[in-house]
Amino acid sequence: MVAVTLWGSLRALTDGQAEIEVEASNFKEVLTALEQRYPALAPQFERGVSMAIDGVIYKESWATPVRPDSEVVLMPLMVGG
Amino acid sequence: MSKTHVTTTINGTRTEFLCEANETLLTVLRDRLHLTGAKEGCGSGDCGACSVTLNGRLVASCLVLGVEAEGAEITTVEGMAEGGELHPLQQKFLDLAALQCGVCTPGILVAAKALLEKNPDPSEQEVRYWLAGNLCRCTGYDKIIKAVLAAAADLRGAA
Amino acid sequence: MALDEYEKRDFQVIGSRPVRPDGIDKVTGRALYGADAVLPGMLVGKVLRSPHPHARIRSIDTRAAAALNGVRAVVTGADFGEIRKGETRNVAENAMAFDHALYDGHAVAAVAATSEAVAREALKLIEVDYEVLPHVTEIAAAMAPGAPVVHAGFVEDSVPDGFSENVTARHEFGHGDLEAGFARADKVIARTLKTAATHQGYIEPNACLASMGPDGRGDLWCCTQGHYFVRQLCAEIMGIEESRLRVTASEIGGGFGGKTTVFVEPVALMLSKKAGAPVKLVMSRNEVFRASGPTVSSEIDVKIGMTRDGRITAAEAELRYQGGAFPNITVMFGAMAAFAAYDLGAVRTVGYNVLTNRPKQAAYRAPGAPMAIYAVESVVNELCEELGLDPLEVRLKNAARKGTKSSYGPTFNDIGLVATLEAAQAHPHYRAPLGPNQGRGLSCGFWFNFGGNTSVSLSVDMDGSVSVTEGNPDIGGSRASIAMMAAEELGIPFERVRAIVADTASLGHNDVTDGSRVTFAVGLATIKAARAAKKELCKRAAMMWGIDEEAVTWENGCAKPSGPNAGSFEPLPIEKIARKSPRTGGPIAGHHEVNAEGAGVSFGVHLCDVEVDPETGHTKILRYTIFQDAGKAIHPDYVEGQMQGGAVQGIGWALNEEYIYGKDGRLQNPGFLDYRIPVASDLPDIDTVILEIPNPGHPYGVRGVGETGIVPPLAAVSNAVSHAIGTRLYELPMSPPKILKAIREG
Repeated sequence: MVAVTLWGSLRALTDGQAEIEVEASNFKEVLTALEQRYPALAPQFERGVSMAIDGVIYKESWATPVRPDSEVVLMPLMVGG
Repeated sequence: MSKTHVTTTINGTRTEFLCEANETLLTVLRDRLHLTGAKEGCGSGDCGACSVTLNGRLVASCLVLGVEAEGAEITTVEGMAEGGELHPLQQKFLDLAALQCGVCTPGILVAAKALLEKNPDPSEQEVRYWLAGNLCRCTGYDKIIKAVLAAAADLRGAA
Repeated sequence: MALDEYEKRDFQVIGSRPVRPDGIDKVTGRALYGADAVLPGMLVGKVLRSPHPHARIRSIDTRAAAALNGVRAVVTGADFGEIRKGETRNVAENAMAFDHALYDGHAVAAVAATSEAVAREALKLIEVDYEVLPHVTEIAAAMAPGAPVVHAGFVEDSVPDGFSENVTARHEFGHGDLEAGFARADKVIARTLKTAATHQGYIEPNACLASMGPDGRGDLWCCTQGHYFVRQLCAEIMGIEESRLRVTASEIGGGFGGKTTVFVEPVALMLSKKAGAPVKLVMSRNEVFRASGPTVSSEIDVKIGMTRDGRITAAEAELRYQGGAFPNITVMFGAMAAFAAYDLGAVRTVGYNVLTNRPKQAAYRAPGAPMAIYAVESVVNELCEELGLDPLEVRLKNAARKGTKSSYGPTFNDIGLVATLEAAQAHPHYRAPLGPNQGRGLSCGFWFNFGGNTSVSLSVDMDGSVSVTEGNPDIGGSRASIAMMAAEELGIPFERVRAIVADTASLGHNDVTDGSRVTFAVGLATIKAARAAKKELCKRAAMMWGIDEEAVTWENGCAKPSGPNAGSFEPLPIEKIARKSPRTGGPIAGHHEVNAEGAGVSFGVHLCDVEVDPETGHTKILRYTIFQDAGKAIHPDYVEGQMQGGAVQGIGWALNEEYIYGKDGRLQNPGFLDYRIPVASDLPDIDTVILEIPNPGHPYGVRGVGETGIVPPLAAVSNAVSHAIGTRLYELPMSPPKILKAIREG
């Protein structure tokens, strides 16, 4: 299991949960597991989402591995600048 | 509207062109003579990107009519280097990283050359005020001012 | 993907200061920008723009214009038909109004004609029947219940009930117990701060030259920060496949984020398609101000609690940004970046995006961050003043560092904030004496930095010189830095490498030049491409020597035998291997495609001294010093240039620049005379101190440096002005009348 921290806006869609444990071994599996548990997250995931894994921000790379002790933080997709 | 025939000298070369009475010198240079070194940044004389000299005087070519070039001597950035030899200002701009996007650079070089011809030993403040009519958005001016001062010193040394 | 862990090494080329390869063309007038290209048979395009901030377009009669001698095509929103959805639809509707004019300057029709004079005449003959609608251009008015609805249908599910329909999105970030945090504070200050919308102010107006063939294939030349994105947007708008449109990026005369999208490009393509001839379309400066993409204006509530000894106990902000008549995510960046410089146990930010009848905002250098950090850094300084604390000490005491849980979520890895603060503290500037009416201010700054999709090809030419082909327009000296990284990796002189920016048909997709990503991501891909080429070079050398490939290493531009069974051979330089390449397997090249991750965040600290004239309210910048972490400065001159340029844009934002809308909803100052950007005589030298705290995610330790520099000046200048006049302003720009008023009201 890996603990995933959600950014504030998402908590309204997860019954107020700020941290959710899911069974996942990479970026994509984290999203799939979260979406299964909280279908309300789907529109936001569709709009785009980044993931910080151990402090490094990954924009889209779905195959990025996630370890059980990784710090995983969901962030909105960042574009522009 | 019938066009006017104009005979002028650009960068030392006798040049003829036809232009409308309301056409600016900048449009003539860029669109009729394909000297695109001078840029149109504003069209209202505020940015200096179109700077050229007309009979030795620094002007914004977007505020000069093409017909005013009749019988005049015009110099543009294209006339600064002699053959393959860069003008010391051009060389210092390269050596001291005084340009980034480069779109203001032709106007600033022409303006700086006009300054150094009037005043070979300007103070930093004089350079800053002389170039106040040439907008640069990339550099914060720091390296431009240093390059102009360095080129002035070089030119004095060579004289 | 394994991250490309940083390796410490001695550099040969990196850190030196060669002349940029694009330099000669730029000082001689040879460089070709957006408006400098011509094609045979080219027409001139011109755009008709709405004089109304908000109106329904009942009808457009273009018959008289189309009948004018010399007019070859007229287009309106109807030509763009039923388009798509999402952001591309927004971009298309912004380029040419569909059924509503949404802001003063919104394009409503365009013509292509044989001359500029004919095109202008034709615009006058177009009759637009407008039904003028109520408009709103300011944040508070647009958020108020009953406000005119600017553009319906954009409200996201994140917005709670009870807001005006102009509020399209809500973003929230943070962690910890705010209530407990504020309870522990000895002093809590809450303020509302405002910043005006500003423009990137690139000196080159947006320009393009479009040529669509009757077979649906086309070519587009334009000044842009991302020609692949231009292709993607324009192909979708034109209803053609991306491969049918080849986009070539011209030299770009400044962008700063403003050229990350399209305005006139789809219009020129549509005109060219209808006219059957190439069309050049160049914006005037008036059009650039009214109808390209300025940045947002903002209203920000900040509340911070601090203990007597300067520890921040809780911090909270609500940010409200307007970015025109279409939705955007800039306030999200603001909400994420606002408190990034601080190690906080309790922090929360909430951001709202608000629609107004203003042009569709575009990115501007660290989009969303300067105003958010201005608000925070102003209140932090006010707390320091109230509690009698040294503002730099307080920032050091609360600074984010390795292991800090950032205000936007992830835990920071190696970051340079403490190092930049310590450098500022140790610098003579911080202790220099000040005279009467003078003040000193400081501020921290931050930007995330991006990586992204990148494709690079590197070929070893037959004589051993090297061509690097990359797909990101060079807005900050990247051809120099890319060539330097290739030279470093191959162990050859910089002069033997030429980097060029290729058109969209030459490489895989490259993301826009944004987020300070190029030196990081394109550099990373270049290093990988060079490593692939080196591997091939070693293989060819092994073949030439008749030894095992594994027994060859690469050193200083030469293949060398290495290991016990390699034998003894003279090193083979790159040119000798290249010349023999037809006999050893053909051309030698390397390429790399990646969605680069691991961009390292960048922090900076600025120190600013000002003198305020109490008679006129005019502020003069006396001294300015920038401290910024560059990770590794590839070309220090160009890193300094980025820092200086960003700082001066920020100084303009702090003191002069603003979009001023009249009650009629029209922009009052669409020109450089009335929208005053800093000029040479406004400024002193801008001193720079580059710190190098390597980014662990790049082989050379590179961090993006382009954006952080614009963030601190807003608060640094404001804090300095407050120090000088003894009272604080809560609104930018601090133009002389506002400062005079503040002095009088004390």
